[in-house]
Amino acid sequence: MTLWLIILGMGLVTFALRLLPILLLERVEIPWRVRQALRFVPPAVLSAIIFPELLWPHGALDLSLGNVRLLAGLLAALVAWRTRNVLLTIAVGMGALWILQAIL
Amino acid sequence: MVTGRSEFLAGVRAELPILLGVVPFGLIFGITALGARIPPIAAFLMSSIVFAGSSQLIGARLIGGSAPGMIVVLTTFVVNLRHMLYSTSVAPYLKPLRPAWKWLLAYLLTDEAYAVTIPHYHGATESPHKHWYFLGAGLALWSTWQASTAAGLVLGRQLPVSWSLDFTVGLTFIGIVFPALRDRAGVAAALAAGGVAVVAAGLPLKLGLIVAALVGIVVGMMVEALYPAPTRRVAELHQHVTPSGEETP
Repeated sequence: MTLWLIILGMGLVTFALRLLPILLLERVEIPWRVRQALRFVPPAVLSAIIFPELLWPHGALDLSLGNVRLLAGLLAALVAWRTRNVLLTIAVGMGALWILQAIL
Repeated sequence: MVTGRSEFLAGVRAELPILLGVVPFGLIFGITALGARIPPIAAFLMSSIVFAGSSQLIGARLIGGSAPGMIVVLTTFVVNLRHMLYSTSVAPYLKPLRPAWKWLLAYLLTDEAYAVTIPHYHGATESPHKHWYFLGAGLALWSTWQASTAAGLVLGRQLPVSWSLDFTVGLTFIGIVFPALRDRAGVAAALAAGGVAVVAAGLPLKLGLIVAALVGIVVGMMVEALYPAPTRRVAELHQHVTPSGEETP
């Protein structure tokens, strides 16, 4: 039951964000400052997921060379930066993770 | 002769290359949802009720980590704030449409549909049917997203945990974020949010993500104020911000 409420809530806020500017634009305009802030939402949110994923893999900070997710993630970041290709980034990152897990 | 039908088909065609990247994303969502112990039917319907890939992935993980419902909804709100930009930018073009059209197209307003539709609206071709193009692109994405979610839910049961497939979520986001970092302010926002997220990883109620994202946004704005972007970028900002390499529905 709670799960369905959560999903409905997620759907409602998402739909509201997509619909309200279309409906209200004739009356309200989004201030330039807010538009500027919104530009930083994707890099901020996605990094906030990526960093703990790599540096905090098992519930504690791990900066050692034995942290295979950190090593694979850094390699993937290099691929993403050079090629701008999401599929290739995933492929290289997963490949690196499997190889490192096997040898370390 | 441009008709509603020809516009619709052109929208579908324009969306096709993007769908290549959407299929694995949908698979990953299905697999992630199963890993978070979300019942398959709920995960499947989440793809049509929410219809926003990255927030669905993040939401599934929070649910799997037993985060309170309010936090999941609040995080979804923050993650999807960028859709306000898209909505603002298409609003003038949708103005003449009936309310039913506005509601339908708002529901279909994802990163990917926006990415192909807004150049078409800006384009030189005169057509009273451009909303059909939007609908074609949106529905092509919608059906692909539903089908690939379902495939992920079926496939996810066969895949062993030792494959560490949960890591594909982080990798997907790495693939999206790095190419999109184009200026100092964006890099600062990403580093600040990432750093805070690590420090705040232990925060109660899984609040870390929201706090980190907000700090990142504020830092990005501060750096932008200190080192204003070149005029070209500012002009681009005033016009329509492109989805900056975003690959998520």
